Amino acid sequence: MSLIRAEGLTMRFGSVTALDGLTLEVDPGITGLVGANGAGKSTLLKILLGLLPSTEGTAAVLDLDVAVDGPAIRERVGYMPEHDCLPPDVSATEFVVHMARMSGLPTTAARERAADTLRHVGLYEERYRPMGGYSTGMRQRVKLAQALVHDPSLVLLDEPTNGLDPAGRDDMLGLIQRIDSEFGISVIVTSHLLGELERVCRTIVVIEGGRLTRHSSTASVTAETAVVTVEVDDDHAALHARLTAAGITARSSGRVLQIDVADGSTYDVVRDAVAELGLGLVRMERQRHRMTEMFTDRPTTPGGVHV
Amino acid sequence: MSDRATPAGAPSSGAIHDIGYRHYDGPRLGAAYIRRSLFLDTLRGTYGLGRSARSKIVPLGLLALLALPALAVGIVTGYFGFGALPIGYTEYIFGFQVAVTIFVAAQSPAVMSRDLRFRVAALYFSRPLSRQQYVQAKYAGMAAALFLLMGLPITLLLAGALLAELPVDEQLPDYLRAMAGAALAALVLAGIGLFVAAMTPRRGLGVAAVVGVLLVLSGLQVTVMAMAYEFGNDTFTGYTGLISPYTLVDGVMSGVLGADSSIVEEPPGAVGAAVFVVAVVALVAACYAGLVARYRKALS
Repeated sequence: MSLIRAEGLTMRFGSVTALDGLTLEVDPGITGLVGANGAGKSTLLKILLGLLPSTEGTAAVLDLDVAVDGPAIRERVGYMPEHDCLPPDVSATEFVVHMARMSGLPTTAARERAADTLRHVGLYEERYRPMGGYSTGMRQRVKLAQALVHDPSLVLLDEPTNGLDPAGRDDMLGLIQRIDSEFGISVIVTSHLLGELERVCRTIVVIEGGRLTRHSSTASVTAETAVVTVEVDDDHAALHARLTAAGITARSSGRVLQIDVADGSTYDVVRDAVAELGLGLVRMERQRHRMTEMFTDRPTTPGGVHV
Repeated sequence: MSDRATPAGAPSSGAIHDIGYRHYDGPRLGAAYIRRSLFLDTLRGTYGLGRSARSKIVPLGLLALLALPALAVGIVTGYFGFGALPIGYTEYIFGFQVAVTIFVAAQSPAVMSRDLRFRVAALYFSRPLSRQQYVQAKYAGMAAALFLLMGLPITLLLAGALLAELPVDEQLPDYLRAMAGAALAALVLAGIGLFVAAMTPRRGLGVAAVVGVLLVLSGLQVTVMAMAYEFGNDTFTGYTGLISPYTLVDGVMSGVLGADSSIVEEPPGAVGAAVFVVAVVALVAACYAGLVARYRKALS
């Protein structure tokens, strides 16, 4: 079963085309939706929630048609908006209980689910305090909790790491991974920070100017390259010379050497060379393609468009 | 985060949430249940129930302000053995219209603009409820709150009258007419209050705008009626009741239900009554349509 299927999805607001013939299929798991501001991410999410009728094309979420089954879709999908959406004068518990009831859960079940969900997202004692005094991290957790409280089959997370410090980002990404692996809930997450998405997503969808520009698994995007980075605790000029003499191509790049790997023996040569020169090896690391390269090197993109 | 003891053996990072995720396989009640829940929450919210103590002061104070005199009137009527209530049911409500106006103004923004200001509306609309159902629940909640505000004192008056052993068959028709009027006034006032409040996400501005609109309309109505009366145009004088929501409702009650008009000239004849009825229906429908339109673009 595919989670989401879209066929030639087009959305126009007057003369502005937000989505332009988007066709894609998303499988269960964590999917990253990448695109610059105004690329059509939010419009796509709204169409998928059945809130905005598309100008052309069809889409189905969980095998339900977005054009006719909006309420049924929204019953089984959770949505975490990008913007702040928490009233400051109620506690997280009250708020999440209310939102659970607004998803159709009876009051008793709503209370249980709210307590469970808040614990899962990592809010404890503070959930009884009014939300006005919460930190950004806590607010993001509550927003996530309200999207999960009715045990959806799919959650749409719009920029969940926005405004978080590095530790908060790590926590949030960890949570997103657990939503998929432990809770068994599929996730669609948008972000403009590619580094984050490549850590958690199985598949990446890139949208630009309302068009699908890339749809690939994270593994293929971030596959290993034949370059190894070597850093030593002293000047690497001697090592560079020695490697060149051994027939290995190496480039000096700041404090590190970028070495092309021909086969497994290259590693041995590097190791031996470092040992014989009496240098301390700080690190020796295989490089991966970064997802940012998708944006600097895009064969499928129509010309003239830049992020 | 608190540093409470973690369960033995649990990894330090996982603390308490490693109990495991449980799926929910209970019932998912549909939009009708959600709308009913939202209606009840709205009604409770207008009286500050489930909200902070501070937000209970104004609504419960106004309810007491309206109810206590009614209680006093009932007791006095019984104690002195009056042959009739010193004040009519409908008259009582319209006599306290300033208190009702303050209630509408204070609570409409709490009902409407809270969800707009803090952008909670997006969360409602990403759930099964449609925009229409959302507006219906909010509108009904506010109207029910106003009906309670006006209906409770009239009911206390009736209780007082019956305890004073006034004849039931004289009191009951007047009481029922007054209750019908209260219901109608609740619908009209809730519509105007919510519509005005939904125009601004700012609470203070909303309160001022609702008070302003209701007071200006009342003032305008009084002025225009006085002028029409001076010029001796009776038909026009009757129609001036259309200007203010209170006189509008009063006109419907006197024209259709045969109640004694308490504050204005009665609308002229059957045609006049029909005009007032059409005006009420159109006003309520317009407020509802305006609210739905307001929320059409709320999810962004």
